[in-house]
Amino acid sequence: MDTFFSNLFKKANTGFWPVAIALAFLLVGTFSVYESPRSLGAFLILMTTPLILYFMKMNMKIKVFIGLLLIIVILPVLGIRNIFYLEVIFQMAVFAALALGLNIVVGMAGLLDLGYVAFYAVGAYAWAIFGSKQLSLLHSIPGAAPANAPFALDPKWFWLFIFLGVGLAAFTGILLGLPVLRVKGDYLAIVTLGFGEVVRVLALNLDKPINLTNGPQGITPIQRPPLPPEPIMQFFRNILAPFVGHVPTDAEFYNVFFYFLALIIIAIAILVATRLEDSRIGRAWTAIREDETAAIAMGIPLVKMKLAAFAAGASFAGAMGALYAANRTFVSPETFSFLQSIGVLTMVILGGLGSIPGVIFGAAAVVLLNIQILQNFSLYLSELRQGDTVIPIINFAWKDLSNQLDPAKYQKLVFGLILILMMIFRPSGLIPAERRKRELVEEKE
Amino acid sequence: MKNFTENPAYKFLLFPIGQISVFAIGASVVLSLITVLLAFIFKFNVTDFDLVERTMLILPQVIINGVTIGFVYATIALGYTMVYGVLEFINFSHSEIFMVGGIVGIQLMAYFEHIGVLATMNEYLVIALAIVLAMAVSGSLAVVVERLAYKPLRGAPKLVPLISAIGMSFFLQDAVRLILSLTTGEFNVILPKFGTFDEFWKIAIPGMEDPLRIQIKSVIMVGTAVLMLLGLNFLVNGTKVGKAIRAVAQDRPSASLMGINVNQIISITFLVGGTLGGAAGVLFALKATKLDPFSGFFPGLKAFTSAVLGGIGNLTGALLGGLVLGLLESFAASYLGIFTNGAFGAEYKDIFAFAILILVLIFRPSGLLGQTVGQKA
Repeated sequence: MDTFFSNLFKKANTGFWPVAIALAFLLVGTFSVYESPRSLGAFLILMTTPLILYFMKMNMKIKVFIGLLLIIVILPVLGIRNIFYLEVIFQMAVFAALALGLNIVVGMAGLLDLGYVAFYAVGAYAWAIFGSKQLSLLHSIPGAAPANAPFALDPKWFWLFIFLGVGLAAFTGILLGLPVLRVKGDYLAIVTLGFGEVVRVLALNLDKPINLTNGPQGITPIQRPPLPPEPIMQFFRNILAPFVGHVPTDAEFYNVFFYFLALIIIAIAILVATRLEDSRIGRAWTAIREDETAAIAMGIPLVKMKLAAFAAGASFAGAMGALYAANRTFVSPETFSFLQSIGVLTMVILGGLGSIPGVIFGAAAVVLLNIQILQNFSLYLSELRQGDTVIPIINFAWKDLSNQLDPAKYQKLVFGLILILMMIFRPSGLIPAERRKRELVEEKE
Repeated sequence: MKNFTENPAYKFLLFPIGQISVFAIGASVVLSLITVLLAFIFKFNVTDFDLVERTMLILPQVIINGVTIGFVYATIALGYTMVYGVLEFINFSHSEIFMVGGIVGIQLMAYFEHIGVLATMNEYLVIALAIVLAMAVSGSLAVVVERLAYKPLRGAPKLVPLISAIGMSFFLQDAVRLILSLTTGEFNVILPKFGTFDEFWKIAIPGMEDPLRIQIKSVIMVGTAVLMLLGLNFLVNGTKVGKAIRAVAQDRPSASLMGINVNQIISITFLVGGTLGGAAGVLFALKATKLDPFSGFFPGLKAFTSAVLGGIGNLTGALLGGLVLGLLESFAASYLGIFTNGAFGAEYKDIFAFAILILVLIFRPSGLLGQTVGQKA
C-alpha cells in the first residue's frame, strides 16, 4: 500500500503533472470557496495548494507565480467576500510571523523560550499606550475615564511604532537575556515562562499608582493608520466590487490592509531568517544548540550569540504586536497568556524546529485547527444538542450532553496532544529542516 | 554518642523533626527581623499610622500563614526535586498531578455529602480518607504519565522530554476539565462545608491585646505535611528501595550494573513524587476551598521555585526552599501594600516567586543547600 502511494507520487511528480495538479487544486478550491463560503472542506482544498507547490517538482518561476497569485489575489478577494476568511488568513499571517521569530530562538539557537508572548505584548502595549487616549488618562481611575479625552498621537505615528516595537522588543529580549542566559536549557525555560507571566501580571496591575495599562479592562480604542488616499481606494473598490458581489466597505479594506502589512513583515522575517541561517551568526547558533562546550572551545562568544538570538526572535514579535494592537483597536492582558506562548511553540514544533517552511505550515495548520476545525466541531455538537437524536446502543440522548463540552475551548488539550505526539513520534517536525534531515541521514549510515 | 545517632528513633523521628522545626523557626525569625528593619526604614514615609506598630501587630498571623503554605509547597517541591534528582528533568506535569489529587479529594468529600453521611462521619476520618484516595490516584497517574510520555524519550536531547512534559501538563488540565464537565457539568469543584476546620484556636499571648488565632485547618495541614516528610525521609534513607533511588540518582549506569532495575526505580520515584503531590493537593484544597483544573499551575511553579531555591535534587533543600518561599510570599502579600502606601499590593505575590527564582539562578544557581550539582552538562 505504502509503495503504491509513493509510486503514484513519483509518477505524478514528473513532467507537467505537478503544475496541472497545483492549478487544479487552486481552481477547484477557489471556485468552491467562492460558491460556498461557509464550507470548511472547500477552504481546506484551497489551502492544500501551497503544500503541493512546496512538495512537487516544477519550474521555480511557476511555483512563485502560483503562490503569489494565491496569497496576493485570491485570498484577499475571497476574504472580502466572506469576512471570516479574512480573519483566518490574518491570524495565520500573525502567527506565522510569531512562529518565525520563536523559531530563531528555539529552532536555531536551541534556547527554549516559554515566555515568547511577552515580547508580543511589549510591541502591542507600546502602540496601545501611545496610539490611544491612555496618555491623557494617566491619573484617572480605570473605567471612570472622561469620554472627551484627546488622542495622544496622530494615527500616522503608527508607522514609526512598528519600528519602535521591533526596537523595544529586541531591547526587552536583551534585558531578559542578560541575567538569564547564564542558566542552561531547562532552567531557562522556566525563567522565560516566569518572565512571560511577569509581563502579563504587570499589564494587569499597572493601572495604579498611575493608570498606564488600564488593568484587566485593557486599552481601547486604539487608532489605526490611515488607509491609502481616496483615489486609490476608489480604484480598488471599482475593481473588487464585481468579484465580491458588493462594494467593499472601509472595515473590510482595513482587514485586507492589515493582512498585507502582516505579509510584508513575514516576507522580511523569512528573508532575515534565511539569510541568518547560513550566516556566521546562524552557524554559531547551530553550534551552541548542538554542543555549548564545543562552541565555546571554537571561540564562539556564547552570551553575545544567545543575546542576538533572543533579540532577533523578539523583534518580529514586537512588530507583530504593534500591528495586532492597531488591527484589533483593543489590547488586554488576557491576549498575552501562557497559552499563547505554548500555542506558538506548538506551531514551531509541529512544523519542524529550525525549518522555515515548516513553522509557516505549522502556524497555518494550528490556526486552521483552532479557529475553524474546532469551531465547526463545536457548532456541530450544539446542533446535535438541539436535535432529538439519541446514540442507539448506549441510549444516550445528545440533548443531555453537558454545555461545558465546547471543543473550541479545548485548545490546551489539542496543543498538549500535539506536543506529546510530535516529541514521541516525529521530534523533527512535519517538514523537517534541511540540516536536521542531513544529520539524520548521516546517523543511519 | 554514636549509638544514639544510629538509633532509628533518633534518625527517622527526632532528627528530622528537629530539622523541620529549626528551618521553620529560623526562616520565620530571619524574615521577621528583616521586615521589622524595613518597617523602621520606611517609617517616615507613612504618616497616617505607626508603621512599626502595624507591622508587629500582624506579624504572628503572617508567619502562621507563611509556614502553613510553606509546608504545602515543600510537599509538592519534593516531587519535583526527586524526579530531577533521578532523571535530571523538570517534570512539568507535576503541578497537574497535584491538582488532580486536590480535585479527587474534594470529589470524595462531595460524594460523602451526596450520600448524606458527611455530617455524621468523623471529620478527621473524612480528611484522612480523602488524602489516601488522592495519594493513590495521583501516584498511579504519575506512573502512567511517566510510562506514556517520558519513558519513550529517555536518552533524547534534554529539550525533548521537557516539551513533552509541557504538553502533558496542558493535556492533563483540559482532560480533567473534560471529565469534570462530562460527569458533573461544571468544572469548578468546591469543598463541601463540614466539621470545625474553619474555627480558630485562640492562644492568649501576654502583653498583646488580641489573642493569636490559629485555624484548625492550618494545624492539620502542617501536621499532615510533617508526617509525609517523615515518611519520605524514612523511605529514602532507611529502606532498600530508598538506597536504590539514591544510587540511580547518583549514577544510573553503575546502579544498573549493580543489579538495580533502573526503570522500576524511576517508576517508583514518580510514584512517590505523585503520592506526595496528591496529599499536598488535598491540603491545598482545604485552604483554597475551591479548585479548578487550572489551579495547579501557580502552586506548581512556586513549588518548583522552592525546589530550585533549596537546591534542586536535594530533599532537605526542597523542604527549606518551600518554607522560605511560603514565608516570603506571605510577607510580600501582607506588607508590600503597607510599605508602599498601596502602590503595589498582594496582586504581585504570584510573580514574587519568579523574581526570587531569577535572583537565585543568578547569584546561587546551586540553591541554598545544593552543592554544585545544579548544571550537569
